[in-house]
Amino acid sequence: MSSVNQLRVSLDHLHENFQEVYPGLTKQEAIEEANRCLYCYDAPCINACPTGINIPSFIKKIASGNLKGSAKTIMEANPIGASCARVCPTEELCEGACVLNHSTKPIRIGNLQRYATDWAIKNEQVLFEAGKKNGKTVAIVGGGPAGLAAARELARLGYEVTIFEAEEKAGGLNTYGIVSFRLPKEVSYWEVNQVKSLHVNIRTSTRVGQDISVDEIMSKHDIVLLAIGMSKVPDIGISGEELLGVYDAIEFVKETKTKPISNRLLGKRVAVIGAGNTAIDAATCSVRLGADNVKILYRRTMSEMTAYEFEYEFAKQDGVEFRWLTAPKRIIGDEEGNVKAIECIKMELGEQGEDGRCRPVPIEGSEFTLEVDAVIKAIGQSRYVGLIEQFELEHMDGVVKINPTTFQTSNKKVFACGDVIFGKGQGEAMVVSAAQQGKESAYAIHQVLSNPVSELA
Amino acid sequence: MADLRINLAGIESPNPFWLASAPPTNSGYQVQRAFEAGWGGAVWKTLGDPILNVSSRFAAVHFNGQKVAGFNNIELITDRPLEVNLKEIYETKKRFPNHAIIASLMVEPKLEKWHEIVKRVEDVGVDGLELNFGCPHGMAERGMGAASGQVPELVEKQTYWAKEVAKTPVIVKLTPNITDITVTAEAAVNGGADAISMINTINSLAGVDIDSWNTIPHVAGKGAHGGYCGPAVKPIALNMVGECARNSRINVPISGIGGISNWKDAVEFMLMGATGVQVCTAAMHHGFRIVEDMIDGLNNYLDEKGLTSVMDLVGKSVPKYSDWGELDLNYKVVARINNDVCIKCNKCHISCEDTSHQCIDLLKDANGNSQLKVREEDCVGCNLCSIVCPVEGAIEMVEVPSELPPMTWNEHQAVIGAASGAIDPITK
Repeated sequence: MSSVNQLRVSLDHLHENFQEVYPGLTKQEAIEEANRCLYCYDAPCINACPTGINIPSFIKKIASGNLKGSAKTIMEANPIGASCARVCPTEELCEGACVLNHSTKPIRIGNLQRYATDWAIKNEQVLFEAGKKNGKTVAIVGGGPAGLAAARELARLGYEVTIFEAEEKAGGLNTYGIVSFRLPKEVSYWEVNQVKSLHVNIRTSTRVGQDISVDEIMSKHDIVLLAIGMSKVPDIGISGEELLGVYDAIEFVKETKTKPISNRLLGKRVAVIGAGNTAIDAATCSVRLGADNVKILYRRTMSEMTAYEFEYEFAKQDGVEFRWLTAPKRIIGDEEGNVKAIECIKMELGEQGEDGRCRPVPIEGSEFTLEVDAVIKAIGQSRYVGLIEQFELEHMDGVVKINPTTFQTSNKKVFACGDVIFGKGQGEAMVVSAAQQGKESAYAIHQVLSNPVSELA
Repeated sequence: MADLRINLAGIESPNPFWLASAPPTNSGYQVQRAFEAGWGGAVWKTLGDPILNVSSRFAAVHFNGQKVAGFNNIELITDRPLEVNLKEIYETKKRFPNHAIIASLMVEPKLEKWHEIVKRVEDVGVDGLELNFGCPHGMAERGMGAASGQVPELVEKQTYWAKEVAKTPVIVKLTPNITDITVTAEAAVNGGADAISMINTINSLAGVDIDSWNTIPHVAGKGAHGGYCGPAVKPIALNMVGECARNSRINVPISGIGGISNWKDAVEFMLMGATGVQVCTAAMHHGFRIVEDMIDGLNNYLDEKGLTSVMDLVGKSVPKYSDWGELDLNYKVVARINNDVCIKCNKCHISCEDTSHQCIDLLKDANGNSQLKVREEDCVGCNLCSIVCPVEGAIEMVEVPSELPPMTWNEHQAVIGAASGAIDPITK
């Protein structure tokens, strides 16, 4: 078993491993790169950005030294543009569309976006103003990317906006769910504060349906926007999930962003179940917590994996091992109830399932056991079905049904955006798409509320 | 391997690359380092009565991240005693007998002054003299440099005085800060100049600091205009060289100066009539070693062209340089876009649409990809699209056959004049 920790990890100062991995561009690098941008007309990078950031414009502004204007161009189109600069799969989006792919090499758009927004963060810029109050109120349930984006746009349009956020801090996934070494929570806080500065009331530690009733929210606001995202990782449905040392990947990552870095994985062997971006985060977090060996177990192959290419590369560079076509069968504990091994079974790909991906089929008799000290589950996220049902909204397994043009749910007073509408062939899972949906649902709400013939009935 | 030696009005050098009179040729130490690096000649930093310099002297214009597109200075002529310079010239010439050392001179416009300095520098064995009638700043305020170089009579008279005693060839260095440089060039020829060199620097202010509101550069919060040079001035210099080269009354060799940064620039100047070139900014930007590529590139170019001597280049493009009135009105080129090479930045479309003749259509193919197409009937052949295009080979300017025979403006006017009885051709 090879040790991963000769790589880029300090075993003596674990917290240092959670510093942002990539330093931002220096001024000189940024200017050189900005000057390389062709400033295309009708640029494909703009079309490739889900939020439609005017990329040539913000890059030109970096080149000219107008950093405030650059940051504003970014944040105007994307209220969480500083986070997205770090977490967007840019090679699939803007950078993938850069025309220089056809001649030299694409502009490092994500890094330039980070450069401009970092400047705004460092210089404590407030980029937008609230609109003149129009007397109408909107409650937004959930202060993650979608909710914040909607709140920002609604506040600019003059709405009195209240965000109800269950957690102690707003920002959602950006604050809690993306590892610090990729996205420090201060970046997310800055974006939250940008929204707050538009007099948006953000009521944190307020879980709707628990700390405040759905009825109260519904009765006290003209419109409710549901942007609650998704919940924790569901059970796999195998024995041993209750053992000590079995973690929910979302909670696992959240802990590294909210509590002092623990050394309980130091020198340990970790198995991560799943191969999405959260699985990668859990695996690379484990490496940074000092784990001696980290394996990702995935029941399909690399081609079906949902993690972004750059995430996969990042994990490989961290020394994470990938075991394809491997499914967990049971988690084995010792006498004290601690994880000591995981029994797996080899899989093969069968026929295509409903989602177009080949179904993995167990190969009989191929069981084997891996000795591990911890198992992290990252097989997707469950839904806040209970809350959705308290709002009495139509949904499919927790995916709220909406009218895709108006973002209205089955209750016309309730709109929905972000991960809560993602799935079942609807929506996109990216942070940047959530932001765009937040914007669009804000405009949809505005359209409905400013329409003389009420469409709320 | 071609013969790179040149002979400019009797001054011989192993190659056409000379350092211009400027900071790089301030001392024997520097000129000797330059010769070791391969420079064929050096025009020593201008000698005259020692002056005092200011601190903070240079500034540059950077463009889109590229350093030193243009360069500006407010340094004056040598600030070292004449005796020191003369001693070092003597020593340098002794060490490098085959390299050209030309003394740049600037004194007050008085006969005795010119006679005295010409004799003193020729005594130490220079290969030629260059009369500095071009420095635009500082010295001009004292009636020297560009101040005398802008007055044709003074150019002629001072050239004459220098020539009265000179035994070596006299080059007259001209200022571009004048409406028509051929006037002063002709004055130099009339005064007996053996050659002319151009251009000296152009009056300039490199910039203003938008935070302190000081000039760039500034001396204790004050600025004065300087002299501009470097790559940005090359087209201005090239035109002036061409204008003199094609003027039949200016029948002396030309030493080309102004923004020459590499062998290609040198070839252009020589094709446009220069017998050799002088370089300063490129050396100041990169050091003397850049001459290695200048020599190597020039050599390879000459070999590729099948030319045995660099002198074969001199003036070859001059007959092609003319007046607007002599251009064929019926010649036509149009832009053609190769969509296979095109990377779809759409810059040709927007530049044509906004600022030229609205003849490049931005179409979408079946897959929604951009396709750019020139409406050739509306294209005036302005070249703008091919200029802004970032990809080589994506836009070609193609000659289209004309149905009409060649006809220049002058011919056109002559035809009209013959019909109406009045002729108004454009001539110089």
